[in-house]
Amino acid sequence: MFGFNWAGVIDFIPQLMTGLYYTLLISVLGLLIGFILGAVFGMGRVAKNKIIYGISTVYIEVIRGTPVLVQAIWIYFALPLIIGMNIESILAGVIVIAINSGAYIAEIVRGAVQSIEKGQMEAGRSLGLDHGQTMRYIIWPQAFKRMIPPLGNQFIISIKDTSLLSVILVPELIFQGRLIAANHFNAVEIYTTVAAFYLVITLSLSLVLRLLERRLDIQ
Amino acid sequence: MIEVKNLYKRFGDLEVLKNINCKVNESEVVCVIGPSGSGKSTLLRCLNMLEEMTSGDVVIDGDHINDKKVNINEIRAEVGMVFQQFNLFPHKTVIENIMLAPQKVRRISREDARKRAVALLDKVGLSDKENNYPSQLSGGQQQRVAIARALAMEPKVMLFDEPTSALDPELVGEVLEVMKQLALEGMTMVVVTHEMGFAKEVGDRVLFMDEGKIEEEGDPEQIFSKPKSERTQEFLRKVL
Repeated sequence: MFGFNWAGVIDFIPQLMTGLYYTLLISVLGLLIGFILGAVFGMGRVAKNKIIYGISTVYIEVIRGTPVLVQAIWIYFALPLIIGMNIESILAGVIVIAINSGAYIAEIVRGAVQSIEKGQMEAGRSLGLDHGQTMRYIIWPQAFKRMIPPLGNQFIISIKDTSLLSVILVPELIFQGRLIAANHFNAVEIYTTVAAFYLVITLSLSLVLRLLERRLDIQ
Repeated sequence: MIEVKNLYKRFGDLEVLKNINCKVNESEVVCVIGPSGSGKSTLLRCLNMLEEMTSGDVVIDGDHINDKKVNINEIRAEVGMVFQQFNLFPHKTVIENIMLAPQKVRRISREDARKRAVALLDKVGLSDKENNYPSQLSGGQQQRVAIARALAMEPKVMLFDEPTSALDPELVGEVLEVMKQLALEGMTMVVVTHEMGFAKEVGDRVLFMDEGKIEEEGDPEQIFSKPKSERTQEFLRKVL
């Protein structure tokens, strides 16, 4: 019936660039905080202290076991009622990505740390280094290298998860795409363009991680 | 230097060490021999608390290591350990492996740590491997680096946990040679080993362990030529 109008997409590029800006902003901030959360709770999962272990486990299981969409609604609509203060949608978006990716990253961190041979910790401790020093100088540098492939996976998943933040009115790529498509009846063209934007981000990320991995590879 | 009193170690229901009593004097080389599973390695690992004892007492240079008031890290700094699997740090070069602990634990400067490491590498005959990574070395070379790494802390005692068991036969000699040198310099050493030749030649005293107990102890001459215990005789008949 209707042909596709790809040329018309050009007109909406500036608006999609605004969306791209918010997608990137939330991805970068969210994943940065998510990595810190993941490191903290990941170490919590290998801690001897039962309380720290328990808190980490509850956090990971609750977040992994519930949809991102629902988490977004909790943070944006429910949390303000509890704390009695509105949260701006962009800030809410960052929080959602941070706590969500943090839970997955915590398991990545735990897995990588536990994959380092027991003899490494023993060698460090036998030299008189304390637990923290051995973690910092011996275990983490080796574990970090092993984290990179699964971290890349998680980063890509989280970047795409930002698309769900349109429901809490974050003006990111999908939000902009929906606005345009609703007014100009060009859903296929616009959403396909949006998908290409995501692909550019994720491919760039893959490239950066591959370079980092090669740099850390000493052998 | 080391005194072990009524040491017991249980893993769950399994009793691995049963009432161990022994002493290691300063500058003495004590070799621990015995069949697999007799508790030799566990005893050694109890000496620097890599394995927590179930009950008993271990005194190292006057410190009761099980005492809550004792900082175990300070004790471990004085007790060097060499592992069967070397356990070098694969992400660090040879010299970095040796320099790390003196800087972080002893708080000596990078410069001094480097000087010390260079001297130790010379001593173990690996001066040319300074900037190699452990994976680029043979097993024998790795173990010699591991010995240098432990010595860099200037320990009072050295513990060796089957240091040559993971090596190709042709590489065993170079590691034993370094250990022999160390013994001649007067280092206090406890060596868990299957190398009977080394125990006989370098050891001042030999402990024979079986089923979690010290079955027999004495000077190497006596143990190897006329062992008293029947169990020792049987073991030596099989390995010699």
